[in-house]
Amino acid sequence: MGKLKKIHIVIISGLLLATAFMFNLAGMDFWKNTALIVATVVAGWSIAKTAIQSIMMKSFSIELLVTIAVIGALFIGEYVESAAVTFLFLFGAYLEARSLEKTRTSLKTLMDMAPLEATVLKNGERVTLPVEEIEAGDRIIIQSGEQVAIDGKVVSGQAHINEAAITGESIPAGKKIDDQVFSGTIVDNGYIEVIAEKVGDDTAFSKIIELVEEAQEGKARTQKFLERFANVYTPGILVLSVIVFIFTRNIELTLTFLVIACPGALVISAPVSLVSGIGNGARSGTLIKGGEVMENFAKIDAVVFDKTGTLTQGKPSVTAIHAIGMSEDELLKLTAEAELISEHHLGQTIVKEAEERGINLTNEAKDFAVEKGYGLYATVAGRRVVIGNRKLLAANEIELEGGVDDYAIGEEKLGNTAIFVGIDGLVAGIISIADQIRPEAIDTIKRLKKYGVKETIMLTGDNKHTAEKVAAQLGIDTVHAEMLPEDKVTHVKQLQEKGYRVAMVGDGINDAPAIALAEVGLAMGAAGTDAAMETADVVLMGDQLNRIPYAYALSKATVRNMKQNMFFAVGTVALLLAGVLLGKVFLASGMLIHELSVLAVIVNALRLIRFKEAGDKEKQYTESIPEMN
Amino acid sequence: MKKIELQLETLSCPSCIKRIEKALAKENGVEDAKVLFNSSKVKANFDEGIVTADHLSEMIEKLGYPVKKRKVS
Repeated sequence: MGKLKKIHIVIISGLLLATAFMFNLAGMDFWKNTALIVATVVAGWSIAKTAIQSIMMKSFSIELLVTIAVIGALFIGEYVESAAVTFLFLFGAYLEARSLEKTRTSLKTLMDMAPLEATVLKNGERVTLPVEEIEAGDRIIIQSGEQVAIDGKVVSGQAHINEAAITGESIPAGKKIDDQVFSGTIVDNGYIEVIAEKVGDDTAFSKIIELVEEAQEGKARTQKFLERFANVYTPGILVLSVIVFIFTRNIELTLTFLVIACPGALVISAPVSLVSGIGNGARSGTLIKGGEVMENFAKIDAVVFDKTGTLTQGKPSVTAIHAIGMSEDELLKLTAEAELISEHHLGQTIVKEAEERGINLTNEAKDFAVEKGYGLYATVAGRRVVIGNRKLLAANEIELEGGVDDYAIGEEKLGNTAIFVGIDGLVAGIISIADQIRPEAIDTIKRLKKYGVKETIMLTGDNKHTAEKVAAQLGIDTVHAEMLPEDKVTHVKQLQEKGYRVAMVGDGINDAPAIALAEVGLAMGAAGTDAAMETADVVLMGDQLNRIPYAYALSKATVRNMKQNMFFAVGTVALLLAGVLLGKVFLASGMLIHELSVLAVIVNALRLIRFKEAGDKEKQYTESIPEMN
Repeated sequence: MKKIELQLETLSCPSCIKRIEKALAKENGVEDAKVLFNSSKVKANFDEGIVTADHLSEMIEKLGYPVKKRKVS
């Protein structure tokens, strides 16, 4: 059953053909025919076996068509044809299997990067263990040139790590204490000790491989259509050939018709393109989950971005504090104490700022309540604190006196998020927070437009002034500010109702509902977050925005490749049919062209493995972008 | 319910998928049998009270597909 056996049969039948040719030169007709018949039987038997096996599975295979044709050829005494057809078919199948493997190389390269062993620190001693024996909680030592074998947090040392296996980014990333490292990545230089958090199949690396494996099976609509088509087509050809025979009474023509009508190239035309395309994506940290996603993504004409953490770096910092009737530090202390138990990223930014200023957060917040999308309430040191946006203060009838609102608008126009703080019913100050735009954001939007996206939209819970400023800088068409999480879903729905095919880009956690609703949902920086990897259709392992236009261009190229293959396959069959009817193509030559077309389709698909987005080099982003939120 | 994952030798004919999937589907206690053609893997859930992992790998080998690696979880 193995490949070895198959190639042996190919060689034997090839040698027999050559022998027959020599007998022919020697004019020994009987021996020539014997050699040809033996060649036919040797090669034909393995084809017939497969044909019988599939009939038992109630499916008509290409092998069945070939077997009938060969038996027919033997019957009418066309031994040269029968031997040539069986040889060509087997040889073609062998080459096909070999080149098909090439389309799978991307995944194989990834799998070869799987770590095998790691150095564990046990009772002060270094032990090298195979990865299967490592458990969560073990302390792993990784030195220069070694591979990280688990997902975990750095507890000691620092290093530069090449994370190409996970993110596709080959510029090493600096890692220090408390940073996350991933299995499959390689320490470029440095030394770190890591506590294992996820091991074996639970690591991001294993999940990626599993996702890619599943994605390559995920059939495109075109592919499903082709398979249904082949199921009808093959028996249809059998019936047709009977009709051809009844009308022409020409056995040779009928048999030739049977062979050249084989849908070989057609059946593999779509899957080979998809496997190559998905493999290419996986190598560059972009998991496109299957053929249908590819097709959908290629058709996208509107892209919706969540702002924070997607267009911006998601690492906000406090840029200014405007206190009224108290010192900056007093305001910061009360606010930070109230925000201490908040999970909101802006709240955490305020806490971090307080800690960096060396303020001791001594008071515990009581009566803590969150008003989702607006802010929060808490009682700190007996004082009633309200922290949030303009609306929240207005709802609590706290007036913004003395030009406070003008100040806030000014801050917002500079691109800051203004956090309003009210204490005991009076406005106590404004804390400005800003988040840096990602350096590659402008270019990303430009490229998406170049590839055919008509509408780019930014949705944010942030204030209008900041949102508009960011959008203007990035060249985004439409902005919707001050949105609540559920508004994002509604907005995606509205776009779809308007006839747009929408892609939604987010972090995959906060935006999960909108990502699930959009035709194509993309999650950024998803390495290590299982939820995001599961919800999104396109998973960007790394934190690079410029992978989005890459994935978009790749989808378009893959779908185009798939179509080329289909047209080529259908075209070849049509040409061959015409050739047969005109009497120009015979059994063996028909088989040869048929096999060549199969190989041509695979070679075309292989181009996708080397696909590179035009101009996709590691760009130097020299344009300086002001601090933004 | 346990999960079995078998790594087979490289599958080259798409019709192998149907053969393996149908054979597994007929087996009692086996659910969601799936053949991953491009990675030449078989995945299925099975009830260990009814059928054993050994039996499943044996069955697939009998169909003519040597099992290279087996993982049960």
